[in-house]
Amino acid sequence: MIRVVLPAHLKNLAHVTGEVKLEVTGPADAAGPVTQRQVLDVLEARYPMLLGTIRDRHSGARRAFVRFYACEEDLSNESPDAPLPQEVCTGKEPYIILGAMAGG
Amino acid sequence: MSGVRVLVGTRKGAFTLTSDGTRGNWTVDGPHFGGWEIYHMAGSPADTDRLYMSQSSGWFGQLIQRSDDGGRNWRTVGNDFAYQGDVGEHLWYDGTPRPWEFKRIWHIEPSRDDPDTVYAGAEDAALYLTTDGGEKWTELTALRTHPTGPSWQPGAGGMCLHTIILDPVHQGRIYVAISAAGAFRSDDAGASWLPINKGLRSGEIPDQDSEVGHCVHHITQHPSRPDTLYMQKHWDVLRTDDAGANWREVSGELPSDFGFPIAVHAHEPETIYVVPIKSDSEHYPPEGKLRVYRSRTGGGDWEPLTNGLPQSDCYVNIYRDAMAVDTLDPCGIYFGTTGGQVYHSADGGDSWAPIVRDLPAVLSVEVQVLP
Repeated sequence: MIRVVLPAHLKNLAHVTGEVKLEVTGPADAAGPVTQRQVLDVLEARYPMLLGTIRDRHSGARRAFVRFYACEEDLSNESPDAPLPQEVCTGKEPYIILGAMAGG
Repeated sequence: MSGVRVLVGTRKGAFTLTSDGTRGNWTVDGPHFGGWEIYHMAGSPADTDRLYMSQSSGWFGQLIQRSDDGGRNWRTVGNDFAYQGDVGEHLWYDGTPRPWEFKRIWHIEPSRDDPDTVYAGAEDAALYLTTDGGEKWTELTALRTHPTGPSWQPGAGGMCLHTIILDPVHQGRIYVAISAAGAFRSDDAGASWLPINKGLRSGEIPDQDSEVGHCVHHITQHPSRPDTLYMQKHWDVLRTDDAGANWREVSGELPSDFGFPIAVHAHEPETIYVVPIKSDSEHYPPEGKLRVYRSRTGGGDWEPLTNGLPQSDCYVNIYRDAMAVDTLDPCGIYFGTTGGQVYHSADGGDSWAPIVRDLPAVLSVEVQVLP
């Protein structure tokens, strides 16, 4: 189970409060850790109103003023296919999506 | 008694202002989607409960909201505004080629007779159409791929398609305006486009009579005179009486012919309204006096309308989509300012009063007459 923290505006859009909890499975041929891409795919599938608000609908690129944090690390510029930290995969730590300070 | 609903898009959320037909006692509702830029809201002429909203932010991009109950509840619909086919290039501010890049939707124009059919104007300039209530948007590519497209350049606010007029008489005729490309007309529902800028003269471009490159700020039309259009250009107020084939300046003795909005009275097709702004670098009224100017002769002769408007120390701007008229009798006029005031006149402009004074900067104002 992955815990996702959304910024306030996206919580409002998705009509959720608090953290979003997602069941995300890793690649079918591996029991390894999940990736940011998989988390975002599942998030957008459950909340289609978020399509295009976090990453480009076609290229999948992170929007310029959106950031991804976890375990006190900035994962924004990591490969979307890189494994997420084990603490995120086990639900011990949340995966945080937020708006950059420069975006407003 | 019928009522009115004013749809106000602001820099930080959407508001609705409602009143009965006397337009004397207003209820303010909002903000909806607080913190988001609401470039435009529009209601369907075919169903006053069907509303559409362009919602965007620097963080989270573009969304379209739809309401089926007059704005009480909203639902996110489609926001896939992909350019179709070869994206191509236009000119950037420095004159170098730059690929078209979607930024936001500036204007929403619902069909006159189908609530599910809506046009949307984008930055970078493109025209989109939905026929399923906003779920799927399809670009009408002939505009962006017009042979003059590679020479289009953005105005200071971006290369935005901000005006869409669906002709009420000529089936399939559409007018659009783009800053700073100019005005265009289609007679085949968007399958092909004709630049209609003859008579426009713009000192900001090397060839003042160029076919394109003019910074048209807004165009309006009275439904009873479909071949007559009124234009507020960057500088100059103009009119055409032959569907854009020829324009002539009607600025007359306005204190400044720079401005953004232009509107036409609902029942008097030769009565038009503008709000003079001092200059392109001084986006506030001349002399700090907020004056709407009215012409009852379709331009040329103008009178200042000041009763109820601040006549000293006023330095707000009025954006191009921030003026609207209702169809009641007497005709109501509404406009919003960058200072967050929404003013209205229930007597065709003779007197004015604020509906609300302290909203975020107003980006757009539309009005619906309710059954």
